[in-house]
Amino acid sequence: MTARNPGTGRGRLRRLRGWGGVTAMAAACAVTASLTLLPLSHPGDDVFGPQVTGPGAAHAQQARADACTDPEASLRPGEVDGDAVRKIKERGKLIAGVDQNSFQWGFRNPESGDLEGFDIDLVRAIAKDILGDGGKVIFRAIPTNQRIAALENDKVDVVVRTMTINCARLEQVSFSTAYFQAGQQVLAAKEDHSITGFNSTLDGKRVCTAEGSTAYEALEKESFGSVFKDEHDGTAADEDRLTVPNQLDCLVRLQLGEVDAVVTDNALAAGQAAQDPAVELKGDPFTTEYYGVATKKGADDLVARVNKVLVDYRAGGADSLWMKSYREWLEDGLPGIEAPPAPKYRD
Amino acid sequence: MTHPPSVRPAPQRGPEQPPAPAAAPVPPQPSARAAALGRLRGAATTEPGRLQIIGAVLALLVLAFGAVTAFEISGRAASADDVVERSQPLSADAAGIYRSLADADAAAASGFLAGPQEPRAVHEQYVKDIEEASRLLVKAAANTDAATTSGREITTLNEGLPRYAGLIERARAANRQGLPLGGAYLRYANQQMSGELLPAAERLYKAETGRLDGDHRSARAWPWFSLGAGVVALAVLVWAQRRDHRRTNRVFNHGLVAATAAAAVLLLWLAVGHTVARADLAEADSHGQRSMDVLNRARIDSLKARADENLTVIARGAVLTADGKNDKYETDYTAGMKALGEELAAAAELADDTGDAEGGKPVAAASEAVKEWQERHRTARKTDDSGDYESALEQIIGQENSTGESFKKVDDALRDALAHEQDDFTRAARDGRGALGGLPVGAAVLAVLGAVAAVVGINRRLSEFR
Repeated sequence: MTARNPGTGRGRLRRLRGWGGVTAMAAACAVTASLTLLPLSHPGDDVFGPQVTGPGAAHAQQARADACTDPEASLRPGEVDGDAVRKIKERGKLIAGVDQNSFQWGFRNPESGDLEGFDIDLVRAIAKDILGDGGKVIFRAIPTNQRIAALENDKVDVVVRTMTINCARLEQVSFSTAYFQAGQQVLAAKEDHSITGFNSTLDGKRVCTAEGSTAYEALEKESFGSVFKDEHDGTAADEDRLTVPNQLDCLVRLQLGEVDAVVTDNALAAGQAAQDPAVELKGDPFTTEYYGVATKKGADDLVARVNKVLVDYRAGGADSLWMKSYREWLEDGLPGIEAPPAPKYRD
Repeated sequence: MTHPPSVRPAPQRGPEQPPAPAAAPVPPQPSARAAALGRLRGAATTEPGRLQIIGAVLALLVLAFGAVTAFEISGRAASADDVVERSQPLSADAAGIYRSLADADAAAASGFLAGPQEPRAVHEQYVKDIEEASRLLVKAAANTDAATTSGREITTLNEGLPRYAGLIERARAANRQGLPLGGAYLRYANQQMSGELLPAAERLYKAETGRLDGDHRSARAWPWFSLGAGVVALAVLVWAQRRDHRRTNRVFNHGLVAATAAAAVLLLWLAVGHTVARADLAEADSHGQRSMDVLNRARIDSLKARADENLTVIARGAVLTADGKNDKYETDYTAGMKALGEELAAAAELADDTGDAEGGKPVAAASEAVKEWQERHRTARKTDDSGDYESALEQIIGQENSTGESFKKVDDALRDALAHEQDDFTRAARDGRGALGGLPVGAAVLAVLGAVAAVVGINRRLSEFR
């Protein structure tokens, strides 16, 4: 109960602010209201300690909720140690939630047993900046639908796992500036000319997505008559045929002919295509998404710090660390990118 | 001495003898039956006539006793034979299929974890398991009607096994190229194995074990008809002798005494023989079969837990439980180890209850190894969670001080325990079958002797009237 009381107070404060600002738009009020209700209904919210949910955090949330027309905008880079950064320094290790099944992003090299990829390089850069050593990282492989819970439950400090920045997620976690631009795209066999992209050609096709992914949400909004749900989704009897635990499982289903197409981030799809020359991306990306480094909500010092790392990471033109990492991991699957996405800040 | 020849051939030449009287009275004149009845009624009024009837009844009762005994005990012996020669081996084969499949899955995951070049021994183990499962499936199919439940399970397994092996080969191929896709294939293969193949194998094992229990029960069922017929035959023999004694004041009629002895011996043989057989078969069940059942399940649970342990490292959180809160493989591992612990406790209790100190030893060793395994698993998980993948891997698939070593100890101990129980079972069940051996033939011989003796005894009395 003690953990909830500050939450209620915070809500009251926020509601006052919402009513006080007569010029605030109705939409902002709605977002604010949902933000108020969320911590009350969410039992996992108990992990927010009182020190994190102080007025400062409430202010940051408020600002972000108002700014959700532009979710990629983040905090200005900074180097001031707050609770979050101090905790990492005291521990001497950065705990990063990553994927180990995304080829070229975060995957375990079976030869060396090491995790490698574009995301992994970025994690090491963050560790190097905070702790002075890129090796001082504890990698935790986390599944797609555990990314937010892992942050909320303090299992990881940061999630660097091809995680798309969006307004819904901003209600639960904080994001750095964008470090990659991607989009949802359709992947299917090269031979299969009946599918041309995310359009009516998907009608009657079996489409595979990862459970809880952006792609799944996109199909829920507009499926073009495709079949994309398992009969027992979300229960113990889940068949894991069309909605699968990991996006890579979709390539398995596609190769075995159990599905006709896969919808996923083109960045991840490129990783799949790199593992199977018989499949290709179809049509154009039908969304524009940005990947960000996620932290626990309100860990502003860590967000600012990561943004500072990203500034350094992007700097240097064609010789920047970002471009080096891109050339090493992604250029084959996603050619033609000349520069990282420019950072956006809220102020 | 005119009677014995007419009675004696009756058991052997039964089919020839009855048609004559049956054919004679029916077609020519219906009054023949009335005439025969009249004669019988006439005979019953005189003492020689009564003696003739008594002699015939005695002979028939003793023969019936022998015939029912031979028939019932043949059935019991056949069931006991089925237990030893057919249903138990089939049940053991079904357990073998189940075990090979689970072992193949664990070996595939272990080999995968070791890297692109899996250790030769691990791959050979996998190949051996698949071959063993295929061989046993062919054998089981040959002994099973395709239309039965077991037949359908065998079909499911025969269809699923090549598919599973195909997925494993794809996983190996991708792993060799260093593609994460291999891990996805391995997880899919495991999903097929634990979702379709192993449940089918479990159902097959249960059906075969049910069949074994059925044979067991029918072998052990009391031969009530034989026992009843024996008691009736003996009672009538005693009554006939008492009647003889009252009328003639003679104490013994040698023929009737011999007939009584024959019937008594047969009844005793029947009672003792079947009791011994029951006891032996009960021992086979309690010492062997029940222990084997619980040990088989323990072994399979240990194999599943091993596969889950490996997959926890391979999947690393890519697959969650239905509620989305926990790692599926780690949860399955924990559940499997819990079941394993319970099964080993049950096996230890069974060994203790039956005073089987020799059988208790490997079970105790397995329990020890399970504790060690769980301890090492906790350490390995902690190492893995702290981010030290290499060390965690070594703690799981390494040669020494690894969970793999503990698992092997468990597996070896359970194999020994199963071999011991199988020996116990086979010995006790063979003894049980042996206790019934000779009884059907003995029953026939004794019954014929008894019937002859009864007729001879009555004839001696009869001759006094001539």
